[in-house]
Amino acid sequence: MTVGEMIGMLIAAACVLPLILIAAMAENSGYAFHAALGAAAAAASVILIGNRCFDGTPAAPPQEIDGRPNYNLGPVKFATVAAMVWGLAGFIVGLIIALQLAFPVLNFDLPWTNFGRLRPLHTSAVIFAFGGNALIGTSFYVVQRTSRARLAGDLSPWFVVLGYNLFIVIAGTGYLLGITQSKEYAEPEWYADLWLTIVWVVYLLVFLGTLMKRKEPHIYVANWFYLGFILTIAVLHIGNNVAVPVSILSPKSYGLWSGVQDAMFQWWYGHNAVGFFLTAGFLAMMYYFVPKRAERPIYSYRLSIIHFWALIFIYIWAGPHHLHYTALPDWAQTLGMTFSIMLWMPSWGGMINGIMTLSGAWDRLRTDPVLRMMVVSLAFYGMSTFEGPLMSIKAVNGLSHYTDWTVGHVHSGALGWVAYISFGAIYCLVPWLWNRKGLYSLKLVSWHFWVSTLGIVFYISAMWVSGILQGLMWRAYTSLGFLEYAFIETVAAMHPFYVIRALGGGLFLLGALIMAFNLWMTVRSKEAADTPEARVLPPGQLATA
Amino acid sequence: MTSIEHKAPHRSLWAKHKIFETNSIILVIGVLLMVSIGGLVEIAPLFYLKNTIETVQGVRPYTPLELAGRAIYVREGCYNCHSQMVRPLRDEVERYGHYSLAAESMYDKPFQWGSKRTGPDLARVGSKYSDEWQRAHLAEPRAIVPQSIMPGYPFLAKTDLTFGDIAGELRANRAGGVPYTDEMIAQAETDLKAQATPEHPGQADLEKRYPKAQSRDFDGNPQRLTEADALIAYLQVLGTLVDFKLYDDKANIR
Repeated sequence: MTVGEMIGMLIAAACVLPLILIAAMAENSGYAFHAALGAAAAAASVILIGNRCFDGTPAAPPQEIDGRPNYNLGPVKFATVAAMVWGLAGFIVGLIIALQLAFPVLNFDLPWTNFGRLRPLHTSAVIFAFGGNALIGTSFYVVQRTSRARLAGDLSPWFVVLGYNLFIVIAGTGYLLGITQSKEYAEPEWYADLWLTIVWVVYLLVFLGTLMKRKEPHIYVANWFYLGFILTIAVLHIGNNVAVPVSILSPKSYGLWSGVQDAMFQWWYGHNAVGFFLTAGFLAMMYYFVPKRAERPIYSYRLSIIHFWALIFIYIWAGPHHLHYTALPDWAQTLGMTFSIMLWMPSWGGMINGIMTLSGAWDRLRTDPVLRMMVVSLAFYGMSTFEGPLMSIKAVNGLSHYTDWTVGHVHSGALGWVAYISFGAIYCLVPWLWNRKGLYSLKLVSWHFWVSTLGIVFYISAMWVSGILQGLMWRAYTSLGFLEYAFIETVAAMHPFYVIRALGGGLFLLGALIMAFNLWMTVRSKEAADTPEARVLPPGQLATA
Repeated sequence: MTSIEHKAPHRSLWAKHKIFETNSIILVIGVLLMVSIGGLVEIAPLFYLKNTIETVQGVRPYTPLELAGRAIYVREGCYNCHSQMVRPLRDEVERYGHYSLAAESMYDKPFQWGSKRTGPDLARVGSKYSDEWQRAHLAEPRAIVPQSIMPGYPFLAKTDLTFGDIAGELRANRAGGVPYTDEMIAQAETDLKAQATPEHPGQADLEKRYPKAQSRDFDGNPQRLTEADALIAYLQVLGTLVDFKLYDDKANIR
């Protein structure tokens, strides 16, 4: 038994009883359920660690086998599968709420199924569950490969992966049970936030620890972006969620900030959840998987330096563009707008660096649908990072804000960029991790690509039209100087676009189902790889992972 | 000669970046410095500037019943479709009323400005509709507004309000700067019941503590204190606290 296992077991054991007590005493049933869930997780940890100690595996796995790094791929596999499963769940919930907006009878007028509770479930499932697992999984893979070192820690990588998914379960079930603090993309309550903080600090330590024992002299560019993402998310998460719980027996808390200060904190967090979670993290993915798949080095080393520092410096300022024409002071709005427009440049720098990496390998776009997916993700990234600065201009924002245009913009980024680059990375990873020759079917990847691209186009075009229409109807005047439309008329006018949007979402989901089938068949196929990529895996590793 | 030397890699500015690429702690420090600046410049002044910390006559903390109603508004995710922020644009001021002031949400934890108007803005919905309208609309929106796409919340009027620790809720708010007095906290439960019960003896004290508090049976069922009572009490106070006939909009301009 190692010291780490001992400490882990003791802490987990010490948590069981207090959590059971809280579960028994809490008045709020949702909170009691979460405490019970925590107790069960702690008890399971004790058993799992105990099993590990006594089943005869050596205390600490070797760092190297036959002079090759003994990569720790178990947590990567888990996170990859979790990303795919949560992704499907998140897309399904997205389709449901899209249909609810078109056909409100689907709310069923029950607490657990209404749009207000399901919408955060959708956003958290796709951003934090799907995106987060993809980020954790790929970061653990990339940092090992580019450092040529085994992941730091032995239990801690598992703690990060399992602990993060426990957070996801607590957050998601919480929304359905009515536990939320109503800050967009930061809905989980104080206890879930505390838990995530612990998990995130361990994540940072594992990542940094691996960098520190690297065998490569330089830290590869993808790791700069992963590190920027991990560090900044920690700062944002803590800053936005400082709160006073009502009591240890209550899920409810009240934040330290209120009103206009709270709004600024929230969108400082919210926009940088976009900037660092959904951008920097996935750019890190791009910097590893695009060159790897294209078998070409990154287009420009210098561009990646400028791109990195400019992106992280400028992004932080952009938050106030969510608060144009509100009670936030004008100077802050103007700063937010100015930096949002400046942000266009580093964003396109990243896009150019990614796309131009294909120089000399453009023909691969015809033959490799995985690479095609990743390149199209960069094109969507370029499009939405042009649209974003445009929408941050106050005059444009006066029209677009509060409308579906924003929803469309988010989805061109989220579906086109974030999901596509993740799909590309997962299509690369699965055969590597499971030591398979290749994907079960490239043809199915092609189908996935075309079906979901069609879905995205339906989605964002419907939202452009409905958003701009809605904005124009709100401000339309008759020749006599009266407002032309009652609000409800603008709601009714959205119906056809909501139907088209749901159709787009359905196609996107269909594409993801094709992907899940393809990956399932890839893992099931018995054909082991003989590619150099998989050959470097030591044979013993696959058995333990 | 010098120009050749200048081009040599070890002299190039680009080569200086090596320090970040070979030392993870320096990279960490660099990242933290870069991401701190923007946030500090934009957030810190908001705690000092006059127009973000102005106090406006009439704005007061929520009554215990309104606070409980607000918790239901938050729980059901109303903010996903309704904003509470009237922008100073002609059509919004005509549609919803006076533009929102920073002070009007100074006791909102968290703020409810929202980001999407699938439904209309609610910053000034208070006293715009009757309790009966709110009640019927919450239970079955399409019975009142046929084209509405809002979910129905019939369960609110059927669920008793739980307010076991309402004093604790006030205390947590006070820890974050909301000026609830000891008296308000001690009387929280009485005040909550008084506001929703017609002819309750505690109503005079409630109004002394919370000026302009509206006390009545909100859900049309005087026998029960339900979640609908609390939510409607909250909706009915939104945007009603500041008297704009008296508000001096030049007072805080610098």
